[in-house]
Amino acid sequence: MKSRVINVETLARVEGEGGIHVKITDGAVSEVKVRIYEPPRFFEGFLRGRDYWEAPDITARICGICPVAYQMSSINAMEDAFGMKVEGGLRELRRLLYCGEWIESHVLHVFMLHAPDFLGFEDVLLLAKEKPDVVNMALRMKKAGNDIVALLGGREVHPINARVGGFYKVPTRDELMTLMGNLQWGRDRAAEAARLVSTFPFPDFEQEYDFVSLSHPDEYPFNEGRIVSSSGLDIPVREYEFFFEERHIPHSNALHSVRKGVGPYHVGPMARFNLNFEKLSPLALKTAKEINLTPPVKNPFKSIIVRAIETIFAYEEAIRIIESYQMPERASLDVHIEPGLGFGASEAPRGLLYHRYRINDDGHILDAKIVPPTAQNLPTIESDLRNFIAANLEMDREKLTWASEQAVRNYDPCISCATHFLTLTFEQ
Amino acid sequence: MPAKKPRVAVYKFASCDGCQLSLLDCEEELLAVAGAVEIANFPEASRRVLKGPYDIGFVEGSITTPHDVERIRLIRKECRVLITIGACATAGGIQALRNWKDVREFTRLVYASPEYISTLDRSMPIGSYVHVDFELRGCPINKQQLLEVVNALLNKRKPNIPTHSVCIECKLRGTVCVMVSKQIPCLGPVTQVGCGAICPAYNRGCYGCFGPMENANPPSLASHMHDLGMARDEIMRAFRGFNAYAEAFRKESDVYEK
Repeated sequence: MKSRVINVETLARVEGEGGIHVKITDGAVSEVKVRIYEPPRFFEGFLRGRDYWEAPDITARICGICPVAYQMSSINAMEDAFGMKVEGGLRELRRLLYCGEWIESHVLHVFMLHAPDFLGFEDVLLLAKEKPDVVNMALRMKKAGNDIVALLGGREVHPINARVGGFYKVPTRDELMTLMGNLQWGRDRAAEAARLVSTFPFPDFEQEYDFVSLSHPDEYPFNEGRIVSSSGLDIPVREYEFFFEERHIPHSNALHSVRKGVGPYHVGPMARFNLNFEKLSPLALKTAKEINLTPPVKNPFKSIIVRAIETIFAYEEAIRIIESYQMPERASLDVHIEPGLGFGASEAPRGLLYHRYRINDDGHILDAKIVPPTAQNLPTIESDLRNFIAANLEMDREKLTWASEQAVRNYDPCISCATHFLTLTFEQ
Repeated sequence: MPAKKPRVAVYKFASCDGCQLSLLDCEEELLAVAGAVEIANFPEASRRVLKGPYDIGFVEGSITTPHDVERIRLIRKECRVLITIGACATAGGIQALRNWKDVREFTRLVYASPEYISTLDRSMPIGSYVHVDFELRGCPINKQQLLEVVNALLNKRKPNIPTHSVCIECKLRGTVCVMVSKQIPCLGPVTQVGCGAICPAYNRGCYGCFGPMENANPPSLASHMHDLGMARDEIMRAFRGFNAYAEAFRKESDVYEK
């Protein structure tokens, strides 16, 4: 029995600590493990006993790249528990904050974490030596996103301004307008970026995915909507746990999520794009059509183009919100504590992020459940690896290892989130 | 002959990645920094790894597993200068809340098969296991302070990182004291400056991201919070946050737990 092993001890250009281990025996893939050895931090444990209003601040620390996502999902869950609905200018400000995060996170991924793979560079700094203009453009684009979060949130990483009920302080229109120049510039660069990445060499690899995302009748989803899937699921957020469950796998400190009775599913930009395409903003839609990117997109390597299109959307949406902004009279609604369960979800840059809390009379958290997008994608990542490697067994070892790492990077995994997450050795 | 560029490595333990990201968030300065140093080992950013030893090692994250204890000891040997970045590395982070609980119970709560999880009782700062040459506080760190540290190392001088309280920063910024004017509880008087005193500028009290300042006086602040009407358990939670395990905060939260 001949076997060989692809082992990447530490995946580079992903957030968090993980590796991949693949065993090929007698010409077939016999074992695939995305090993998540990012140490567990037990957020769902130590949230017990904390105040409801601390949830956005504490859960933000699950992830440095997507803290806004945690703040929004936790706030949605608490407001659900208390029967609150935030509308109007405050609702728009939340979408604006999310635009900032999507821009920062997607540009980071597209240019700094993923583009180097397609262009044959080990990292963005080497890419910068060859193409400084591209990298400088990317850094300025990323800054435009971070500037939204810094202004509206107080700072880029772990913003301090979002709260249950709204914000601690709302900006004036003048303050928001200071962002406009860079956002308009960024929107146009994002369209160029989408065109650029659409010319990358993509492996010919398609899979049948069960895509899952939020969906809203009027808008491309951030903070509100029902949970829908490409296989016909259409449920309110509060029913999430009837249809999806987490499993504990020995080789992973991150739990794996599956659709009950069905199997792996796929959340993130490709899911949103395939399920909500017509809700994209004008330039994003136009650019997607021009580069022949329309649903269904089933090649995971093309997720980089989808992220670029979503970046155009995030800039356009931010511009729209700022142009029509009227400063709300109050920064926040009053909160009346109601004991019970609260369910919340939002679309983090990497996909659906679900929070559920049980609150008591004093507003303390009795228990918490947090399901990050990367944990939901882990079984699909393993399935992609298995199928991709099986279809490319003749590839030389260095190329196959790099391509395997890239297969994981397609999902822009956030391993610190997934955990509350590459050395090739041949054995013959 | 030009001096060789210092070789820099960036390591991650139990953390959210926010402090490493702060380096990648120095959008205007990143390429200049990259030009002045040799980034030899930074998995978040690069696939390329140059073997050690390294001149400067930045460490993010706290120590929470037996494997990490071994790992940090090896890293200490590999790095001429070791700098911890962020509350996880300097104080154990928010995950140090486990230090007051039974971590086995936590493991069972979160993981269906707890026997698959290898973890220590406590989340501890890097300095509990190895000698640290400099620590940058914050949750997250301030990227300007990070640049200052890099600059100082390149120019062989001491980093200029202030250790006075957030209150001074509020005064410099022109923010009216939220505790005095609005009775909003605020940890500013005992917290080290570094964030730019953001929270009071946004109508909320400081919650201690940069940990205790030099010669902090938590008992006095806690007593004032009590006068403002805070209950004992609320005061305990105020000190038991992102730098919960830092000594001055830890001692005060323990007093109010009783």
